[in-house]
Amino acid sequence: MSMTMTQKILAAKAGLPEVSAGDLVECNLDLVFANEITGPVAIDEFYKMGVEKVFDTKKIALVPDHFTPNKDIAAASLAKKMREFARAMNIEHYFEVGRVGIEHALLPEKGLIRPGDAVIGADSHTCTHGALGAFATGVGSTDMAAGMATGTGWFKVPEAIKVVLEGQMSPYVSGKDVILHLIGILGVDGARYRSLEFCGNISGLSMDDRFTIANMAIEAGAKNGIFPVDELTMEYIAGHGGNAGVAYSADADAQYVQEIVIDLAKVPLTVAFPHLPENARSIDEAEALDIAIDQVVIGSCTNGRIDDMRAAAAILKGRVIHENVRCIVIPATQDVWKQCVDEGLMNIFIDAGAVVSTPTCGPCLGGHMGILAEGERCVSTTNRNFVGRMGHVSSEVYLASPVVAAASSITGKISGPAALEKEFSHDL
Amino acid sequence: MICKGTVHKYGDHVDTDVIIPARTLNNPDPAFLMQHCMEDIDKEFVTRVKPGDIMVAGLNFGCGSSREHAPISIKASGISCVIAESFARIFFRNSINIGLPVMECPQAAKDAQMGDVIEANLDTGEIRNITRGKTYTAVPFPPFMQRIISAGGLVPYTRAKIEGESI
Repeated sequence: MSMTMTQKILAAKAGLPEVSAGDLVECNLDLVFANEITGPVAIDEFYKMGVEKVFDTKKIALVPDHFTPNKDIAAASLAKKMREFARAMNIEHYFEVGRVGIEHALLPEKGLIRPGDAVIGADSHTCTHGALGAFATGVGSTDMAAGMATGTGWFKVPEAIKVVLEGQMSPYVSGKDVILHLIGILGVDGARYRSLEFCGNISGLSMDDRFTIANMAIEAGAKNGIFPVDELTMEYIAGHGGNAGVAYSADADAQYVQEIVIDLAKVPLTVAFPHLPENARSIDEAEALDIAIDQVVIGSCTNGRIDDMRAAAAILKGRVIHENVRCIVIPATQDVWKQCVDEGLMNIFIDAGAVVSTPTCGPCLGGHMGILAEGERCVSTTNRNFVGRMGHVSSEVYLASPVVAAASSITGKISGPAALEKEFSHDL
Repeated sequence: MICKGTVHKYGDHVDTDVIIPARTLNNPDPAFLMQHCMEDIDKEFVTRVKPGDIMVAGLNFGCGSSREHAPISIKASGISCVIAESFARIFFRNSINIGLPVMECPQAAKDAQMGDVIEANLDTGEIRNITRGKTYTAVPFPPFMQRIISAGGLVPYTRAKIEGESI
Protein backbone atom coordinates (compact mmCIF):
# COMPACT_ATOMS: atom_id res chain seq x y z
CA MET A 1 0.00 0.00 0.00
CA SER A 2 1.54 3.30 -1.06
CA MET A 3 1.15 6.45 0.96
CA THR A 4 1.84 10.18 0.72
CA MET A 5 3.94 11.94 3.35
CA THR A 6 0.82 13.15 5.16
CA GLN A 7 -0.73 9.68 5.10
CA LYS A 8 2.45 8.13 6.55
CA ILE A 9 2.46 10.54 9.49
CA LEU A 10 -1.24 9.97 10.19
CA ALA A 11 -0.73 6.18 10.03
CA ALA A 12 2.22 6.33 12.42
CA LYS A 13 0.39 8.58 14.89
CA ALA A 14 -2.70 6.37 14.74
CA GLY A 15 -0.58 3.28 15.34
CA LEU A 16 -1.65 1.73 12.03
CA PRO A 17 0.56 0.06 9.42
CA GLU A 18 -1.25 1.94 6.67
CA VAL A 19 -4.11 4.31 5.95
CA SER A 20 -5.99 5.31 2.82
CA ALA A 21 -7.62 8.57 1.78
CA GLY A 22 -11.06 8.80 3.37
CA ASP A 23 -10.21 6.69 6.46
CA LEU A 24 -11.16 8.23 9.80
CA VAL A 25 -8.29 7.88 12.24
CA GLU A 26 -7.56 8.93 15.79
CA CYS A 27 -4.02 10.22 16.19
CA ASN A 28 -1.76 10.97 19.12
CA LEU A 29 -0.79 14.64 19.05
CA ASP A 30 2.71 16.02 19.59
CA LEU A 31 1.64 19.63 20.05
CA VAL A 32 -1.70 21.35 20.68
CA PHE A 33 -1.73 25.15 20.64
CA ALA A 34 -3.95 28.22 20.60
CA ASN A 35 -3.83 32.00 20.72
CA GLU A 36 -5.68 34.40 23.02
CA ILE A 37 -8.75 34.58 20.73
CA THR A 38 -9.32 30.86 20.27
CA GLY A 39 -7.70 29.74 23.56
CA PRO A 40 -10.24 31.22 26.00
CA VAL A 41 -13.14 29.59 24.10
CA ALA A 42 -11.21 26.28 24.22
CA ILE A 43 -10.61 26.69 27.98
CA ASP A 44 -14.38 26.94 28.64
CA GLU A 45 -15.01 23.83 26.53
CA PHE A 46 -12.11 22.02 28.23
CA TYR A 47 -13.73 22.40 31.65
CA LYS A 48 -17.11 21.33 30.25
CA MET A 49 -15.47 18.02 29.28
CA GLY A 50 -15.15 17.26 32.96
CA VAL A 51 -11.36 17.14 33.09
CA GLU A 52 -9.12 18.89 35.57
CA LYS A 53 -5.72 18.43 33.98
CA VAL A 54 -4.27 18.75 30.50
CA PHE A 55 -2.90 15.57 28.95
CA ASP A 56 0.71 16.80 28.98
CA THR A 57 1.97 20.16 30.29
CA LYS A 58 4.89 20.06 27.81
CA LYS A 59 2.82 19.42 24.67
CA ILE A 60 0.58 22.46 24.82
CA ALA A 61 1.55 25.95 23.71
CA LEU A 62 -0.47 29.08 24.49
CA VAL A 63 0.55 32.11 22.46
CA PRO A 64 -1.10 35.49 23.08
CA ASP A 65 -0.27 37.10 19.73
CA HIS A 66 -3.39 38.44 18.02
CA PHE A 67 -4.46 41.51 20.03
CA THR A 68 -1.30 41.85 22.13
CA PRO A 69 0.09 44.04 23.62
CA ASN A 70 -3.55 44.18 24.72
CA LYS A 71 -5.50 46.55 22.47
CA ASP A 72 -8.41 47.15 24.84
CA ILE A 73 -9.98 45.99 28.10
CA ALA A 74 -11.94 43.15 26.51
CA ALA A 75 -8.82 41.82 24.77
CA ALA A 76 -6.86 42.18 28.02
CA SER A 77 -9.48 40.01 29.72
CA LEU A 78 -8.97 37.26 27.13
CA ALA A 79 -5.20 37.39 27.55
CA LYS A 80 -5.68 37.28 31.34
CA LYS A 81 -7.92 34.25 31.11
CA MET A 82 -5.37 32.34 29.04
CA ARG A 83 -2.48 33.41 31.31
CA GLU A 84 -4.34 32.22 34.40
CA PHE A 85 -5.16 28.90 32.76
CA ALA A 86 -1.52 28.45 31.74
CA ARG A 87 -0.44 29.05 35.34
CA ALA A 88 -3.14 26.84 36.85
CA MET A 89 -2.29 23.98 34.48
CA ASN A 90 1.45 24.52 34.71
CA ILE A 91 1.70 24.81 30.91
CA GLU A 92 5.38 24.95 30.03
CA HIS A 93 5.07 26.75 26.71
CA TYR A 94 3.21 29.92 27.59
CA PHE A 95 4.78 33.01 26.06
CA GLU A 96 4.23 36.37 27.74
CA VAL A 97 4.47 39.73 25.92
CA GLY A 98 8.19 40.45 25.71
CA ARG A 99 8.86 36.82 24.79
CA VAL A 100 5.88 36.17 22.56
CA GLY A 101 5.84 36.28 18.78
CA ILE A 102 3.34 35.33 16.11
CA GLU A 103 2.60 31.67 16.86
CA HIS A 104 3.51 30.22 13.47
CA ALA A 105 6.84 32.01 13.44
CA LEU A 106 7.52 31.48 17.14
CA LEU A 107 6.87 27.75 17.62
CA PRO A 108 9.40 26.53 15.00
CA GLU A 109 11.90 29.08 16.31
CA LYS A 110 11.52 27.58 19.80
CA GLY A 111 12.19 24.08 18.47
CA LEU A 112 8.67 22.91 19.26
CA ILE A 113 7.90 21.43 15.83
CA ARG A 114 9.73 18.34 14.61
CA PRO A 115 9.59 16.47 11.31
CA GLY A 116 6.97 13.73 11.50
CA ASP A 117 4.97 15.42 14.29
CA ALA A 118 1.18 15.60 14.32
CA VAL A 119 0.16 19.09 15.37
CA ILE A 120 -3.15 20.87 15.79
CA GLY A 121 -3.52 24.58 16.42
CA ALA A 122 -6.64 26.61 17.00
CA ASP A 123 -5.67 28.91 14.15
CA SER A 124 -6.15 28.24 10.47
CA HIS A 125 -2.54 29.03 9.57
CA THR A 126 -1.29 26.08 11.61
CA CYS A 127 -0.55 24.50 8.22
CA THR A 128 2.65 26.65 8.26
CA HIS A 129 4.44 23.93 10.24
CA GLY A 130 4.26 21.50 7.34
CA ALA A 131 7.36 23.36 6.11
CA LEU A 132 9.30 21.24 8.61
CA GLY A 133 7.84 17.94 7.37
CA ALA A 134 5.19 17.74 10.09
CA PHE A 135 1.46 17.15 9.70
CA ALA A 136 -0.06 20.36 11.03
CA THR A 137 -3.63 21.51 10.62
CA GLY A 138 -5.87 24.25 11.91
CA VAL A 139 -8.88 23.42 14.05
CA GLY A 140 -11.46 25.30 16.10
CA SER A 141 -11.57 25.84 19.84
CA THR A 142 -13.59 22.73 20.72
CA ASP A 143 -11.18 20.43 18.87
CA MET A 144 -8.35 22.24 20.66
CA ALA A 145 -10.10 21.61 24.00
CA ALA A 146 -10.46 17.90 23.24
CA GLY A 147 -6.79 17.84 22.21
CA MET A 148 -5.73 19.44 25.50
CA ALA A 149 -7.87 16.98 27.44
CA THR A 150 -6.99 13.74 25.64
CA GLY A 151 -3.83 14.35 23.59
CA THR A 152 -5.60 12.91 20.58
CA GLY A 153 -7.48 14.21 17.58
CA TRP A 154 -9.57 12.59 14.87
CA PHE A 155 -8.85 13.18 11.22
CA LYS A 156 -10.16 12.12 7.86
CA VAL A 157 -7.10 10.98 5.94
CA PRO A 158 -6.88 13.46 3.06
CA GLU A 159 -6.45 12.87 -0.64
CA ALA A 160 -3.40 14.66 -1.94
CA ILE A 161 -2.40 17.17 -4.57
CA LYS A 162 1.22 16.90 -5.68
CA VAL A 163 2.92 20.21 -6.38
CA VAL A 164 6.16 19.66 -8.27
CA LEU A 165 8.52 22.63 -8.16
CA GLU A 166 11.07 22.88 -10.95
CA GLY A 167 13.86 25.31 -11.77
CA GLN A 168 14.91 28.37 -9.80
CA MET A 169 13.06 31.53 -8.87
CA SER A 170 13.93 34.76 -10.70
CA PRO A 171 15.57 37.61 -8.78
CA TYR A 172 13.22 39.31 -6.27
CA VAL A 173 10.70 36.44 -6.56
CA SER A 174 10.05 34.63 -3.26
CA GLY A 175 7.92 31.95 -1.64
CA LYS A 176 5.04 34.42 -1.39
CA ASP A 177 4.88 34.79 -5.16
CA VAL A 178 5.00 31.01 -5.58
CA ILE A 179 2.07 30.40 -3.24
CA LEU A 180 -0.04 33.29 -4.60
CA HIS A 181 0.62 31.96 -8.10
CA LEU A 182 -0.41 28.44 -7.00
CA ILE A 183 -3.60 29.68 -5.30
CA GLY A 184 -4.35 31.54 -8.53
CA ILE A 185 -4.20 28.17 -10.32
CA LEU A 186 -6.09 26.13 -7.68
CA GLY A 187 -8.64 28.71 -6.55
CA VAL A 188 -9.61 29.25 -2.90
CA ASP A 189 -11.31 25.86 -2.67
CA GLY A 190 -9.16 23.95 -5.17
CA ALA A 191 -7.45 21.95 -2.43
CA ARG A 192 -10.45 21.71 -0.09
CA TYR A 193 -10.07 18.73 2.27
CA ARG A 194 -6.82 17.74 0.56
CA SER A 195 -3.16 17.89 1.47
CA LEU A 196 -0.79 19.94 -0.65
CA GLU A 197 2.38 17.87 -0.97
CA PHE A 198 5.29 19.96 -2.25
CA CYS A 199 8.20 18.20 -3.90
CA GLY A 200 10.76 18.55 -6.67
CA ASN A 201 13.46 21.19 -6.58
CA ILE A 202 12.98 22.59 -3.11
CA SER A 203 16.69 23.10 -2.46
CA GLY A 204 16.55 26.67 -3.75
CA LEU A 205 13.80 27.57 -1.32
CA SER A 206 14.95 28.95 2.03
CA MET A 207 13.18 27.72 5.17
CA ASP A 208 11.44 31.09 5.33
CA ASP A 209 10.20 30.60 1.74
CA ARG A 210 8.87 27.17 2.72
CA PHE A 211 7.12 28.54 5.81
CA THR A 212 5.43 31.18 3.65
CA ILE A 213 4.31 28.62 1.08
CA ALA A 214 2.98 26.11 3.63
CA ASN A 215 1.35 28.95 5.58
CA MET A 216 -1.06 29.80 2.77
CA ALA A 217 -2.07 26.20 1.92
CA ILE A 218 -5.29 26.97 3.82
CA GLU A 219 -6.05 29.79 1.36
CA ALA A 220 -6.57 27.09 -1.28
CA GLY A 221 -8.78 25.27 1.23
CA ALA A 222 -6.15 22.62 2.02
CA LYS A 223 -6.12 20.59 5.20
CA ASN A 224 -2.34 20.88 5.34
CA GLY A 225 0.69 21.68 3.26
CA ILE A 226 3.87 19.66 3.63
CA PHE A 227 7.48 19.76 2.46
CA PRO A 228 9.98 16.91 2.32
CA VAL A 229 12.71 16.96 4.94
CA ASP A 230 16.16 17.81 3.54
CA GLU A 231 19.50 19.06 4.85
CA LEU A 232 18.19 22.59 5.15
CA THR A 233 15.30 21.39 7.33
CA MET A 234 17.71 19.53 9.60
CA GLU A 235 20.02 22.57 9.80
CA TYR A 236 17.05 24.68 10.83
CA ILE A 237 15.95 22.16 13.44
CA ALA A 238 19.48 21.87 14.85
CA GLY A 239 19.87 25.65 14.89
CA HIS A 240 16.70 26.05 16.92
CA GLY A 241 17.29 23.45 19.57
CA GLY A 242 14.79 21.05 18.07
CA ASN A 243 14.71 17.29 18.08
CA ALA A 244 15.38 15.55 14.76
CA GLY A 245 11.98 13.85 14.77
CA VAL A 246 11.15 11.39 12.00
CA ALA A 247 11.65 12.31 8.36
CA TYR A 248 8.93 10.61 6.33
CA SER A 249 8.94 10.58 2.56
CA ALA A 250 6.16 9.78 0.13
CA ASP A 251 6.20 6.41 -1.60
CA ALA A 252 7.16 6.64 -5.27
CA ASP A 253 3.77 5.23 -6.24
CA ALA A 254 1.71 7.26 -3.76
CA GLN A 255 -1.69 8.29 -5.13
CA TYR A 256 -2.45 11.91 -5.96
CA VAL A 257 -5.76 13.23 -7.25
CA GLN A 258 -3.98 16.03 -9.09
CA GLU A 259 -0.45 16.98 -10.04
CA ILE A 260 0.65 20.55 -10.69
CA VAL A 261 4.07 21.37 -12.05
CA ILE A 262 5.37 24.85 -11.39
CA ASP A 263 8.39 26.16 -13.25
CA LEU A 264 9.76 28.53 -10.61
CA ALA A 265 11.60 30.55 -13.25
CA LYS A 266 8.24 31.49 -14.76
CA VAL A 267 6.60 32.61 -11.53
CA PRO A 268 6.32 36.41 -11.69
CA LEU A 269 6.13 38.82 -8.77
CA THR A 270 2.48 38.27 -7.93
CA VAL A 271 -0.26 40.35 -6.34
CA ALA A 272 -3.62 38.95 -5.16
CA PHE A 273 -6.36 41.51 -5.74
CA PRO A 274 -9.38 42.05 -3.48
CA HIS A 275 -11.32 40.18 -2.21
CA LEU A 276 -9.98 36.64 -2.58
CA PRO A 277 -6.42 35.26 -2.45
CA GLU A 278 -7.10 33.47 -5.78
CA ASN A 279 -7.23 36.79 -7.65
CA ALA A 280 -3.56 36.52 -8.58
CA ARG A 281 -2.11 38.90 -11.15
CA SER A 282 1.46 39.51 -12.25
CA ILE A 283 3.18 42.69 -11.14
CA ASP A 284 3.10 43.93 -14.74
CA GLU A 285 -0.68 43.62 -14.84
CA ALA A 286 -0.96 45.31 -11.44
CA GLU A 287 1.39 48.18 -12.30
CA ALA A 288 -0.50 48.89 -15.51
CA LEU A 289 -3.59 49.72 -13.48
CA ASP A 290 -1.81 52.51 -11.58
CA ILE A 291 -3.39 51.71 -8.21
CA ALA A 292 -2.65 54.36 -5.57
CA ILE A 293 -2.33 53.06 -2.00
CA ASP A 294 -2.63 54.43 1.54
CA GLN A 295 -0.87 51.81 3.62
CA VAL A 296 1.70 49.03 3.48
CA VAL A 297 2.02 46.25 6.04
CA ILE A 298 5.14 44.07 6.13
CA GLY A 299 4.85 41.26 8.67
CA SER A 300 2.45 38.48 9.82
CA CYS A 301 2.75 34.69 10.15
CA THR A 302 3.13 34.66 6.37
CA ASN A 303 5.96 37.16 5.92
CA GLY A 304 7.32 38.40 9.25
CA ARG A 305 10.53 36.33 9.34
CA ILE A 306 14.11 37.51 8.91
CA ASP A 307 14.28 36.78 5.16
CA ASP A 308 11.21 38.99 4.76
CA MET A 309 12.70 41.79 6.82
CA ARG A 310 15.94 41.62 4.83
CA ALA A 311 14.09 41.66 1.51
CA ALA A 312 12.05 44.70 2.56
CA ALA A 313 15.10 46.50 3.93
CA ALA A 314 17.07 45.90 0.72
CA ILE A 315 14.35 47.81 -1.15
CA LEU A 316 13.85 50.55 1.45
CA LYS A 317 17.56 51.25 2.00
CA GLY A 318 18.40 54.84 1.11
CA ARG A 319 14.83 55.54 -0.02
CA VAL A 320 11.92 57.37 1.55
CA ILE A 321 8.34 56.14 2.01
CA HIS A 322 5.89 58.00 -0.24
CA GLU A 323 4.21 60.94 1.50
CA ASN A 324 0.74 59.42 1.05
CA VAL A 325 1.68 56.05 2.53
CA ARG A 326 1.87 54.69 6.08
CA CYS A 327 4.38 51.84 6.08
CA ILE A 328 4.05 49.48 9.06
CA VAL A 329 6.77 46.87 9.61
CA ILE A 330 6.12 44.08 12.13
CA PRO A 331 8.88 41.54 12.82
CA ALA A 332 7.04 38.35 13.77
CA THR A 333 9.02 37.44 16.89
CA GLN A 334 11.35 38.98 19.45
CA ASP A 335 14.27 37.09 17.87
CA VAL A 336 13.47 38.49 14.42
CA TRP A 337 13.09 41.95 15.97
CA LYS A 338 16.49 41.69 17.65
CA GLN A 339 18.05 40.41 14.47
CA CYS A 340 16.66 43.46 12.66
CA VAL A 341 18.47 45.62 15.21
CA ASP A 342 21.71 43.63 15.02
CA GLU A 343 21.79 43.68 11.22
CA GLY A 344 21.00 47.41 10.99
CA LEU A 345 17.63 46.80 9.32
CA MET A 346 15.84 48.79 11.99
CA ASN A 347 17.75 51.94 11.04
CA ILE A 348 16.85 51.39 7.40
CA PHE A 349 13.14 51.09 8.24
CA ILE A 350 13.14 54.14 10.49
CA ASP A 351 15.24 56.28 8.14
CA ALA A 352 12.84 55.43 5.31
CA GLY A 353 9.92 56.67 7.41
CA ALA A 354 8.37 53.32 8.31
CA VAL A 355 6.97 52.58 11.75
CA VAL A 356 8.14 49.34 13.41
CA SER A 357 5.79 47.51 15.76
CA THR A 358 6.48 44.86 18.35
CA PRO A 359 5.39 41.35 17.31
CA THR A 360 1.61 41.01 16.82
CA CYS A 361 -0.89 39.68 14.29
CA GLY A 362 -2.50 43.12 14.71
CA PRO A 363 -3.55 44.60 11.37
CA CYS A 364 -3.67 41.33 9.39
CA LEU A 365 -7.07 40.48 10.83
CA GLY A 366 -8.18 44.07 11.43
CA GLY A 367 -7.32 43.77 15.11
CA HIS A 368 -5.17 46.81 15.82
CA MET A 369 -1.92 48.55 14.75
CA GLY A 370 -3.08 49.65 11.31
CA ILE A 371 -6.83 49.44 10.70
CA LEU A 372 -8.03 50.77 7.33
CA ALA A 373 -10.62 53.55 6.97
CA GLU A 374 -13.42 53.71 4.39
CA GLY A 375 -12.13 53.26 0.86
CA GLU A 376 -8.46 52.91 1.85
CA ARG A 377 -6.11 50.56 0.03
CA CYS A 378 -3.29 48.54 1.52
CA VAL A 379 -0.54 46.41 0.01
CA SER A 380 0.09 43.77 2.62
CA THR A 381 2.38 40.79 3.03
CA THR A 382 -0.35 39.05 5.03
CA ASN A 383 -2.56 36.17 3.87
CA ARG A 384 -6.17 37.29 3.42
CA ASN A 385 -7.82 40.07 1.45
CA PHE A 386 -11.45 39.29 2.31
CA VAL A 387 -14.09 42.03 2.54
CA GLY A 388 -13.40 44.08 5.69
CA ARG A 389 -10.48 41.88 6.71
CA MET A 390 -8.26 44.82 7.69
CA GLY A 391 -10.87 47.34 8.68
CA HIS A 392 -13.69 49.19 6.93
CA VAL A 393 -15.91 47.05 4.73
CA SER A 394 -15.06 49.22 1.70
CA SER A 395 -11.29 49.08 2.26
CA GLU A 396 -9.11 46.95 -0.03
CA VAL A 397 -6.18 44.64 0.67
CA TYR A 398 -3.70 43.59 -2.03
CA LEU A 399 -1.58 40.61 -0.99
CA ALA A 400 2.05 40.63 -2.07
CA SER A 401 5.61 39.78 -1.09
CA PRO A 402 7.82 41.98 1.13
CA VAL A 403 9.67 43.14 -2.01
CA VAL A 404 6.49 44.34 -3.74
CA ALA A 405 5.10 45.82 -0.50
CA ALA A 406 8.31 47.75 0.14
CA ALA A 407 8.58 48.97 -3.46
CA SER A 408 4.92 50.06 -3.37
CA SER A 409 5.51 52.02 -0.17
CA ILE A 410 8.13 54.09 -2.03
CA THR A 411 6.14 54.81 -5.18
CA GLY A 412 2.74 55.19 -3.47
CA LYS A 413 1.15 52.74 -5.89
CA ILE A 414 1.34 49.01 -6.48
CA SER A 415 4.84 48.50 -7.87
CA GLY A 416 7.63 46.00 -8.26
CA PRO A 417 11.30 46.82 -7.72
CA ALA A 418 11.78 47.55 -11.44
CA ALA A 419 9.60 50.64 -11.03
CA LEU A 420 12.11 52.01 -8.52
CA GLU A 421 14.98 51.56 -10.96
CA LYS A 422 13.00 53.43 -13.62
CA GLU A 423 12.23 56.24 -11.20
CA PHE A 424 15.85 56.42 -10.14
CA SER A 425 17.19 56.65 -13.69
CA HIS A 426 14.56 59.29 -14.47
CA ASP A 427 15.82 61.38 -11.55
CA LEU A 428 19.34 61.25 -12.94
CA MET B 1 -34.94 16.49 14.08
CA ILE B 2 -36.78 18.81 11.68
CA CYS B 3 -35.65 22.39 10.95
CA LYS B 4 -38.13 24.67 9.21
CA GLY B 5 -37.72 28.32 8.40
CA THR B 6 -37.17 31.14 5.95
CA VAL B 7 -34.07 31.17 3.77
CA HIS B 8 -31.30 33.76 4.06
CA LYS B 9 -29.28 33.24 0.88
CA TYR B 10 -25.60 34.03 0.26
CA GLY B 11 -23.06 33.36 -2.50
CA ASP B 12 -19.78 31.45 -2.86
CA HIS B 13 -16.74 31.63 -0.56
CA VAL B 14 -18.45 33.37 2.36
CA ASP B 15 -15.50 33.65 4.75
CA THR B 16 -15.50 33.64 8.54
CA ASP B 17 -14.26 37.26 8.57
CA VAL B 18 -17.59 38.40 7.12
CA ILE B 19 -19.60 35.91 9.19
CA ILE B 20 -18.10 37.47 12.30
CA PRO B 21 -15.50 40.25 11.90
CA ALA B 22 -12.32 40.17 14.01
CA ARG B 23 -13.20 43.50 15.63
CA THR B 24 -15.79 41.60 17.67
CA LEU B 25 -13.50 38.74 18.71
CA ASN B 26 -12.44 40.45 21.92
CA ASN B 27 -15.76 39.23 23.36
CA PRO B 28 -16.64 35.54 22.87
CA ASP B 29 -20.13 35.83 24.45
CA PRO B 30 -22.62 34.31 21.94
CA ALA B 31 -25.23 36.95 22.90
CA PHE B 32 -22.77 39.65 21.82
CA LEU B 33 -21.48 37.85 18.73
CA MET B 34 -25.01 37.29 17.37
CA GLN B 35 -25.53 41.03 17.14
CA HIS B 36 -22.72 41.26 14.58
CA CYS B 37 -23.28 38.08 12.59
CA MET B 38 -22.98 38.67 8.80
CA GLU B 39 -22.98 42.46 9.28
CA ASP B 40 -20.22 43.15 6.74
CA ILE B 41 -22.16 41.59 3.86
CA ASP B 42 -25.76 41.81 5.10
CA LYS B 43 -26.45 44.55 7.62
CA GLU B 44 -30.15 43.63 7.93
CA PHE B 45 -29.53 39.94 8.72
CA VAL B 46 -29.61 40.36 12.50
CA THR B 47 -32.88 42.27 12.43
CA ARG B 48 -34.47 40.05 9.78
CA VAL B 49 -33.55 36.61 11.17
CA LYS B 50 -36.17 34.69 13.16
CA PRO B 51 -35.60 31.61 15.30
CA GLY B 52 -35.58 28.51 13.10
CA ASP B 53 -34.57 30.30 9.89
CA ILE B 54 -32.22 28.58 7.48
CA MET B 55 -29.00 29.95 6.01
CA VAL B 56 -28.23 28.84 2.46
CA ALA B 57 -24.97 29.48 0.61
CA GLY B 58 -22.88 28.48 -2.38
CA LEU B 59 -19.44 26.90 -2.51
CA ASN B 60 -16.83 26.77 0.26
CA PHE B 61 -19.00 28.34 2.98
CA GLY B 62 -16.99 29.39 6.06
CA CYS B 63 -13.57 29.56 4.43
CA GLY B 64 -10.67 31.36 6.09
CA SER B 65 -10.06 31.79 9.79
CA SER B 66 -10.69 28.86 12.14
CA ARG B 67 -12.60 31.08 14.59
CA GLU B 68 -15.32 29.01 16.20
CA HIS B 69 -17.01 32.34 16.90
CA ALA B 70 -18.39 32.08 13.32
CA PRO B 71 -20.66 29.03 13.78
CA ILE B 72 -21.34 30.17 17.37
CA SER B 73 -22.67 33.53 16.10
CA ILE B 74 -24.82 31.85 13.43
CA LYS B 75 -26.27 29.42 15.96
CA ALA B 76 -26.90 32.19 18.51
CA SER B 77 -28.67 34.29 15.87
CA GLY B 78 -31.41 31.65 15.72
CA ILE B 79 -30.42 29.90 12.50
CA SER B 80 -31.46 26.25 12.81
CA CYS B 81 -29.45 24.81 9.93
CA VAL B 82 -26.96 25.87 7.24
CA ILE B 83 -27.31 24.33 3.78
CA ALA B 84 -24.50 24.94 1.26
CA GLU B 85 -23.15 23.63 -2.02
CA SER B 86 -19.97 22.88 -0.07
CA PHE B 87 -18.31 23.85 3.21
CA ALA B 88 -14.76 24.83 4.11
CA ARG B 89 -13.16 22.08 6.17
CA ILE B 90 -12.56 23.80 9.52
CA PHE B 91 -15.97 25.52 9.56
CA PHE B 92 -17.72 22.20 8.86
CA ARG B 93 -15.85 20.51 11.69
CA ASN B 94 -16.45 23.40 14.11
CA SER B 95 -20.17 23.39 13.32
CA ILE B 96 -20.48 19.68 14.11
CA ASN B 97 -18.45 20.20 17.28
CA ILE B 98 -20.66 23.00 18.64
CA GLY B 99 -23.95 21.50 17.46
CA LEU B 100 -24.87 23.78 14.54
CA PRO B 101 -26.53 21.53 11.94
CA VAL B 102 -24.90 21.78 8.51
CA MET B 103 -26.04 20.03 5.33
CA GLU B 104 -24.17 19.75 2.05
CA CYS B 105 -26.61 19.70 -0.86
CA PRO B 106 -25.53 21.48 -4.06
CA GLN B 107 -28.88 21.47 -5.88
CA ALA B 108 -30.96 22.55 -2.87
CA ALA B 109 -28.49 25.36 -2.24
CA LYS B 110 -28.50 26.48 -5.88
CA ASP B 111 -32.31 26.49 -6.19
CA ALA B 112 -33.17 28.20 -2.91
CA GLN B 113 -33.71 31.94 -2.96
CA MET B 114 -33.94 34.57 -0.26
CA GLY B 115 -37.30 34.25 1.47
CA ASP B 116 -38.10 30.67 0.40
CA VAL B 117 -39.38 28.38 3.13
CA ILE B 118 -37.39 25.17 3.62
CA GLU B 119 -37.95 22.13 5.80
CA ALA B 120 -34.87 20.01 6.49
CA ASN B 121 -34.87 16.61 8.17
CA LEU B 122 -31.49 16.18 9.86
CA ASP B 123 -32.02 12.47 10.45
CA THR B 124 -32.91 11.46 6.89
CA GLY B 125 -31.05 14.24 5.05
CA GLU B 126 -34.23 15.20 3.19
CA ILE B 127 -34.56 18.87 2.31
CA ARG B 128 -37.94 20.18 1.11
CA ASN B 129 -38.19 23.61 -0.49
CA ILE B 130 -41.86 24.28 0.26
CA THR B 131 -41.96 27.50 -1.76
CA ARG B 132 -40.68 25.77 -4.91
CA GLY B 133 -42.22 22.36 -4.31
CA LYS B 134 -38.91 20.52 -4.68
CA THR B 135 -37.29 17.81 -2.58
CA TYR B 136 -33.58 16.99 -2.29
CA THR B 137 -31.31 14.63 -0.35
CA ALA B 138 -28.20 15.97 1.39
CA VAL B 139 -24.83 14.22 1.42
CA PRO B 140 -25.00 11.89 4.47
CA PHE B 141 -22.61 12.32 7.40
CA PRO B 142 -19.99 9.60 7.89
CA PRO B 143 -21.03 7.27 10.78
CA PHE B 144 -18.19 8.54 13.01
CA MET B 145 -19.42 12.11 12.68
CA GLN B 146 -22.97 10.94 13.23
CA ARG B 147 -21.87 9.64 16.64
CA ILE B 148 -20.51 13.09 17.59
CA ILE B 149 -23.75 14.68 16.39
CA SER B 150 -25.87 12.15 18.31
CA ALA B 151 -23.85 12.80 21.46
CA GLY B 152 -24.73 16.50 21.10
CA GLY B 153 -21.31 17.75 19.96
CA LEU B 154 -17.67 17.08 20.71
CA VAL B 155 -17.81 18.19 24.37
CA PRO B 156 -20.37 15.59 25.52
CA TYR B 157 -18.78 13.04 23.14
CA THR B 158 -15.33 13.57 24.69
CA ARG B 159 -16.79 13.69 28.19
CA ALA B 160 -18.46 10.34 27.69
CA LYS B 161 -15.26 8.92 26.23
CA ILE B 162 -13.14 10.14 29.16
CA GLU B 163 -15.64 8.86 31.73
CA GLY B 164 -15.87 5.55 29.90
CA GLU B 165 -12.11 5.10 29.93
CA SER B 166 -11.72 5.94 33.62
CA ILE B 167 -14.27 3.34 34.70
